[in-house]
Amino acid sequence: MSNETTATTTRRGQAPRGERIADWADGRLGIYSLAKSNMRKIFPDHWSFMLGEVALYSFVIIILTGVYLTLFFHPSMAEVTYHGSYVPMHGIRMTQAFESTLDISFDVRGGLLIRQIHHWAALVFLAAMMVHMMRVFFTGAFRKPREVNWLFGFLLFVLGMFTGFTGYSLPDDLLSGTGVRFIEGVILAMPLVGSYLQMFIFGGEFPGHDIIPRFFTVHVLLLPGIMLGLLVAHLILVFYHKHTQFPGAGKTNNNVVGMPLLPVYMAKAGGFFFLVFGVISVIAAVASINPVWAIGPYRPDQVSTGAQPDWYMGFAEGLVRVMPGWEWNFWGHTINFGVLIPILVFPLVLIAIAVYPFIESWVRGDKREHHILDRPRNTPTRTGFGVAWLVAYFVMLIGGGNDLWATHFHLSINSITWFVRIGFFVGPVLAFIATKRICLGLQRRDRDKVLHGRESGIIKRLPHGEFIEVHEPLNQEQLHFLTQHEQPEPLELGPEVDENGVRRKIKRTQKLRAKLSKSYYGEDNVIPKPTVEEYKEITSGHGHH
Amino acid sequence: MSETEENLPSERESAHEGAVGKTDNPFADPGLPPHEHRIQDIDERAARRSERTVALLFLVSMLATVAFIASYVAIPIDKIIYVFPLGHISALNFALGLTLGVALFCIGAGAVHWARTLMSDVEVADDRHPIEAAPEVKAKVLADFAQGAKESQFGRRKLIRNTMFGALALVPLSGVVLLRDLGPLPEKKLRTTGWKKGVRLVNQSTNLPLRPEDIAVGSLTFAKPEGLEESDEDFANKIAKDALMLVRIQPQNIKDKQELAWSHEGIVAYSKICTHVGCPISLYEQQTHHVLCPCHQSTFDLSDGGRVIFGPAGHALPQLHITVKDGFLEAVSDFAEPVGPSFWERG
Repeated sequence: MSNETTATTTRRGQAPRGERIADWADGRLGIYSLAKSNMRKIFPDHWSFMLGEVALYSFVIIILTGVYLTLFFHPSMAEVTYHGSYVPMHGIRMTQAFESTLDISFDVRGGLLIRQIHHWAALVFLAAMMVHMMRVFFTGAFRKPREVNWLFGFLLFVLGMFTGFTGYSLPDDLLSGTGVRFIEGVILAMPLVGSYLQMFIFGGEFPGHDIIPRFFTVHVLLLPGIMLGLLVAHLILVFYHKHTQFPGAGKTNNNVVGMPLLPVYMAKAGGFFFLVFGVISVIAAVASINPVWAIGPYRPDQVSTGAQPDWYMGFAEGLVRVMPGWEWNFWGHTINFGVLIPILVFPLVLIAIAVYPFIESWVRGDKREHHILDRPRNTPTRTGFGVAWLVAYFVMLIGGGNDLWATHFHLSINSITWFVRIGFFVGPVLAFIATKRICLGLQRRDRDKVLHGRESGIIKRLPHGEFIEVHEPLNQEQLHFLTQHEQPEPLELGPEVDENGVRRKIKRTQKLRAKLSKSYYGEDNVIPKPTVEEYKEITSGHGHH
Repeated sequence: MSETEENLPSERESAHEGAVGKTDNPFADPGLPPHEHRIQDIDERAARRSERTVALLFLVSMLATVAFIASYVAIPIDKIIYVFPLGHISALNFALGLTLGVALFCIGAGAVHWARTLMSDVEVADDRHPIEAAPEVKAKVLADFAQGAKESQFGRRKLIRNTMFGALALVPLSGVVLLRDLGPLPEKKLRTTGWKKGVRLVNQSTNLPLRPEDIAVGSLTFAKPEGLEESDEDFANKIAKDALMLVRIQPQNIKDKQELAWSHEGIVAYSKICTHVGCPISLYEQQTHHVLCPCHQSTFDLSDGGRVIFGPAGHALPQLHITVKDGFLEAVSDFAEPVGPSFWERG
């Protein structure tokens, strides 16, 4: 572009330095076209949209602190006798992995802080991903066109769990070594290939000398590498799809209302990274996490009581703890159902939530794009399913800490185990029913509010002595908000015989689909929202309150 | 069900949506509400106050970074201080974490305050465009693909296609084969331990051979095979299978006949490795002779053949047949069954 057409020129007739640099980059990278659609990209505002950001930023914090830790950590299982600066451990035999973890904590200035930030950020990362996932689930943000991004997010959550597990196993302390032994038992429980897999993964018998270096590679390279790729894809799709928004005045399925990336979200999101990092730093300053010096190095014949995995593994731990010890022996072989079933149920529970978007879109037969979020009350079946899933998850979390529940609340461990065994099946059903009722109740309340207005709390006495409460009519914005959602009719199977009297073939899947559709939109599963006619009849009425 | 898979909202719905802007529909979308000014938008003094607040936050961050560096240099790494209510903690960790936290947090707080009070908060609407390509784009892409496929002659030259699939299917096998040396084959490794006939039981804590009189009723003693030392190269692998626990039970209280036969004067030796997933069992209830694994609470009855009485373990703890020779306890043979968690070939 010639100088005449450049808007900003300095007195020497040359573009300012920033523009010249940008021109240079544009000629090679095409940054202007990229910025055209993205620099002023509109993002809607809502507190719940920050949950995913917390996950993103804690991931960045984990990468930064993790790189620092690799500078000092020795992922080796070679045995040494400790002579470092932590006196109580003097003369104790340990692996180099444990020794270097002690060195990071006691000899590297700030090493302990970075270790604690790394671990705390990992807990926050997993928690933020889970809550973010729940936000997306309950608002229906996973609907078309975002199903693939839902799967990317789900994979990030699952990989995050395993990255966390391999990470906290690295110091080779008594607690984490017990966790690794647990993994050995799980691998051995695999039918047919268990003992072979165990030998291959551990490089021989447990514990061997290979598992920590192998976990190290998985923890710092393999899994984070995959996660980084997924994360970038996740963010690209967020940009590409444009963010969803809650319903409200001026917000439609065809627009996105909010503020531009530059400057508002540059400042808010960029600033939020520092807020998250700052809070995690303060937590790491005041709350110790995984004090391996108090736990001691791993020895396969020693263990401490109250052994607990990090919280995100607690649910799998619960499945393993409360499963009855079923074991079958036949023809010289053993199937250890006591371990095998929990390990199969664990991914199934996760997959149930992962595939939900596809099931729902099949049932609803809805192939349109959705950019306006649902209010959870308006989709009672989905909300019920989500709460049921959460109840199953948290019941198992109780199972994973059954010993702590028993000691802290003076309960019998038998009763807790039985509570979890029954609760895992009954709890979700009850939660589903209760949630659905609550959702329908809230729908009824919305309907009342639209038709009769908001309860103002003002009691009025009429001339003839009657007391009434004054209801304040809603404004158009509120009316729109409470009535904008769709209430489609459930799928109908249609008549069993067609117009010529020939029996139509109705596939079993179609019957199932119609049935499920009824559970979404059937009479008992939705409170009809007020129609304009109903509203007009009441408001134009004759002195209704 | 209609032939089409679509289940779009009924007419009533569409009519409703189409009613945007029409005045006779009280539920219609009223459109974006007018922008409400913040005090900073109309009062320059308030805006300047905000500016000062943001600047102050950034300033505090700078000071905190200086304090971070000062703490790093000044505070010795082994200094322990008492901080209420945290207790005795590392002074350096506390100072570094706090200053770093403040330095980071203030940058964030400043940026967010700046965005919220001074940057424009006018909501704007951007149009969305369908993700799906327009039909003519799709047609062009499909035609291009068909053209490319045709030019490659992929469909016509079946021999090329099939051999290529064959080669691509086989080549990853090299990678699989390379994994073979990750570890040895299981063979009998999971079935044998370091115990065999004549191996003495050595006390885990004193490192001395055990005599029957060392084991009192109600006590729990941990033992290892004689000759296994902590400094051994593969101590961890060995102790992971050999770890033993000894208790003394009045012989008349031993319910299991084989257990009685494999014991010596009421002293019974059991594998310490839980048959669930291999944690070391370490909690002993002397009145009931129950042992509990602290990991998953599997509970075994040591007076009844190590039977599982609670928890997820699938089979009894293996017992070691012991006897006394020259006044010392020793093993009569290896465990009769594999120790630790079960596996497919265990049988």
